[in-house]
Parts: sequence; C-alpha cells; structure tokens
Amino acid sequence: MAITKKEVEQVCSLARLELSDSEKDEFTCQLDSILGYVAKINELETSNILPTSHPILLTNVLREDKVKESLPVEEVLANAPDAGKGHFRVPRII
Amino acid sequence: MDYEAVIGLETHVQLKTNSKIFCGCSTNFGVSPNSQTCPVCLGFPGVLPVLNKKVVELAVKLTLALNCRITPNCKFHRKNYFYPDLPKAYQISQYDEPLAIDGYLDVEAVKIGITRVHLEEDAGKLIHTQEGDSLVDYNRCGMPLIEIVTEPDLKTPHQAYEYLTDLKSILEYLEVSDCNMEEGSLRCDANVSIRPVGQVELGTKTEVKNMNSFKAVERALSYEIERQIKVVQQGGQINQETRLWDEKKEITIPMRSKEEAHDYRYFPEPDLVPLEVSQEWTEEIKTGIPELPQAKRQRFIEGYELPSYDAEVLTANKSLANFFENTTKFYPKPKMVSNWIMTEVLGYLAEANLDISQSKLTPTHLAEMLELIDSGTISGKIGKEVLPEIFKTGKSPAEIIQEKGLVQITDGDEIVKVIEQVITENPKAVEEYKTGKKETLGFLVGQVMKLTKGKANPQITNKLLQERL
Ligand SMILES: [Zn+2]
Repeated sequence: MAITKKEVEQVCSLARLELSDSEKDEFTCQLDSILGYVAKINELETSNILPTSHPILLTNVLREDKVKESLPVEEVLANAPDAGKGHFRVPRII
Repeated sequence: MDYEAVIGLETHVQLKTNSKIFCGCSTNFGVSPNSQTCPVCLGFPGVLPVLNKKVVELAVKLTLALNCRITPNCKFHRKNYFYPDLPKAYQISQYDEPLAIDGYLDVEAVKIGITRVHLEEDAGKLIHTQEGDSLVDYNRCGMPLIEIVTEPDLKTPHQAYEYLTDLKSILEYLEVSDCNMEEGSLRCDANVSIRPVGQVELGTKTEVKNMNSFKAVERALSYEIERQIKVVQQGGQINQETRLWDEKKEITIPMRSKEEAHDYRYFPEPDLVPLEVSQEWTEEIKTGIPELPQAKRQRFIEGYELPSYDAEVLTANKSLANFFENTTKFYPKPKMVSNWIMTEVLGYLAEANLDISQSKLTPTHLAEMLELIDSGTISGKIGKEVLPEIFKTGKSPAEIIQEKGLVQITDGDEIVKVIEQVITENPKAVEEYKTGKKETLGFLVGQVMKLTKGKANPQITNKLLQERL
C-alpha cells in the first residue's frame, strides 16, 4: 500500500474535509492506485536530470512597481457571507 | 550551575514599494479597511500573481549589504494553513530555495550569521470584537515582506537589541524599508534556549512573539531566559512552544497551541515561475548601495578626526550624517559641528520627536550661526537661544539676531555703564573681591550678563571689570 487510511484521515483533517468511514476506505483505495501509478517514475534513472520546478521554461516574469486601481469596497464585500464597518465579519478563531 | 542563553532572531521587514508584491494594489498605510484590495490579493479563483520587480531589487540590495549569497535560481512555495487573515488559505513564501543564504552582520565586533533571507506576502489584519466575532481587513494582505533569519549566534538580550538597531540602520540607509514598528513595517520574533555553560548541545527553545519595540525584545528575552533557568533549576523541562510577550505585565505567556502540530504542506507555487537574479542584475543593484553605517562611522573617525562616540551618534541615521557633512562644508570645524549637533540639535529634535530631515534647520543655518559665534557677533550662550528660533521659524540666524536684538555688546563704553551699575548695586561682593576673594569676580560678571541678557562679550566684560575694581 502506498497510502494508509490513517494518512488519508490526516490529510482530511488538514484540508478540513469530513468523510464517512466508507468514503475513507474508497478514497484510500483510489489514492493508493494513483500514487502507485505515479511511483512508476521511480523506476527511471534520473540522477543526471535536474528537477523540473515549473513545466513552462520561463524565468523572471515580473511587473513594474505601478499602482493600479483596487476594487470598490462594496464590490469587495459583495460576496461576503457577513460584513460590517467595511470589514469581512467572520467567526472568531482562537 | 551557570547557564548561558542562545538566541536567534527572525525579523520581518516590509519593503518600501508603491504596490503590493503580486498585484497593483497600493501599499499606503492608514486608509479605510479593504479599500486596497483586488481579486489577486483577495484570492479569487483564477487570478494570477505577478512578482513586483522593485520587491526583488530592494530585497537583493539588502541581501548584498548583509553579505549573503544570492540563490541564482530561487522559487516560491505555498505555505498552507487555514486562518481568516489568509483569503487563499495559503501564503506565498519561499521554502528550500530562498532568495539568499549564508550572510553575516558584524554587531559590536561579533559576527552574527544570517541563515537566510526570503520573500513572502503579508497576511490581513483581524480585529476581535466585543461581540465575539472578528473583523477582517485585507489591505495588508499581499504587502511585500522579507524575512531575515539569524543563526543562533546571539548570546545576550542586549546583543539582540544591538543587532536589531544595526539592522534597522542598514535598512534605512538602503532605503528599502520605513522600519516603522508602530505601523508594523518591522516585526521581530525571537527563538531562545538556555544551556549550562560549556555544553555544546542546544537546549529546547521557545519562540517569543508580540514585541513592539527593540527595547521590548530585550526585556522579553531577559524575562524568558530567567524563566527558563528557574524551570530547569527546579528540575522541570522546557516545553517547545510559542510564547507571547505581555508588555504590561512584563512576562511571557504560552500561546494557546493548536491541537495538531504545524504541517504547512509546502509545495512549489505553480502560478509563479522561478526567479533568476543574474550576475549582471546583481551588479546593477550593487551600484545603488550607498556607503553603509559601519563604513561611514570609520570614515568619520578617520576623515574628520571625531571620537568614535561622536561618529556612532552622527551615523546612526543617514539624514543626520548628511546634515553633519553638509554643515562642515560651510564651517570646516568638524568637532565643533558635532558638539552642537549632539547636544543642542539632537536635544531639540528628540523633544519635538522629529527627524533632522523634517526640521527647518539647514546646514547653512547652523554653519552661519557657528560663524557668528566665532566672529564674536553673538556668544555661545546666545547661540543656544537662536537655535530653537531657527527650528521654529526657519529664518536665518542673522535675521533672528537682528529681530530679537541679540547682537553681542562689544562696545567697551556701553559695558562700562553696566559695570558701574553692578558695582553700586553689589557693594558687599565688591568689598569681598578687594579683600582677596577673587572668585567673586565670576559673580559680578554674571550680574553684568544678567543685566545685558547675556549679550555682553564675556572677555571684554572680564577685562573691564578687573580694571574698574
Ligand atoms: Zn490587490
């Protein structure tokens, strides 16, 4: 097995996902098969090949330090579930 | 048993740009909440961050000044965590390939290693309300930050203070940051542990946060070191934890820890391509580095023959150093200029809470006033009265002296008149002087000064008074 059910539970908790027990089994199975497939790459000889950090062979895509207009506050808050005093309002954490 | 402390510092500095690190929103401080936000910094789906070129230039400038090695091909990573201050649920930061590594800063002749300097975006700001919820302002979200991490080379809280002071001075000289701790453009966290003197192995460290001044860093570290020593001496163990400095109570308290250990699941940011800071670009940025505080200090000692204390005070701030140098161009007596700056000028600026560049005093004003003292037009004492007037009005010393009638009296006849008055009014002192109590002369000179409001030339007064007696 490339991945255990416990690891799937750990990933779920980090990603704030709640899965039923049968879903956990199902996804463990699916993830295991995906990881197993990707693991094929380990069979290749790659010691002389540099890791690819980006599929597009580009560097230094940069912009000049110019200020652009921001969104109007009404638009910024338009999709907020709750807002007040120009702020997003959220449940308090910690 | 004796214990020693091992301290490492992580300093976050906001770079001085007009726009944010990955979008065109303004970096202005103090505007209304969420008014400087856009789909990029709010983390809307489908948007693309584009790196601000100025951010790279400022950061590279700093890493060069900190003697770092620039990573020729550095990358950005996503640091994942859920918190309302982070609308994307990840912060774009750097991980295993930061912008620069392996630098150092000489702090009072001790080499403090710089482990790494990396670029990242700031998070938003939360205000916790009385009603039990939180208000979020994303103006700060996406502000360009650099994080400077030291090796655990610092041994005392005072050394940490000195390091931060030196670092701030460099940041200001380079003009890469405003270094305003109140506005949050400079923040510092400290890692600290203790170990018995002589032990090589490091003790368990705690991370101390929430210090809002360099003095607070020093105090928080002193407290934390004492606390750790007490715990160990009582047979306890140090918990690896984050502690918050409580400025009012002057203690550190453990931050309520999250149940799970941090697992930020860093992975390469697919929306940004690698950053390649070429040799050529580095050289170009290097030409923009001005003379740094340490070099300037040395030059002031050697070139102007100033005591090292003077050089230290004058170079702590670039605009003050420039003010000193410009004044000596018009009035080439460096030590005299230094004395006046260190006492009168800095005294006034501290009281008014101003930087020299914000004041109305110019180098030509100060030079002109020192000339007037040298030529005997005014006394040094009057000079100390003229200076605050220049600060207030921006007028030239000559103008102020004219207006206030402060010109020194060098006319002997005029002084003699006052001397006559003093002699008649102080028969007892005159008698004492005549019977051999020579120190009474000083008192009589003082009386002449009082009547002339300090304008009588002291040398002439002295001479004439002795003659009359
Ligand atoms: Zn934006």
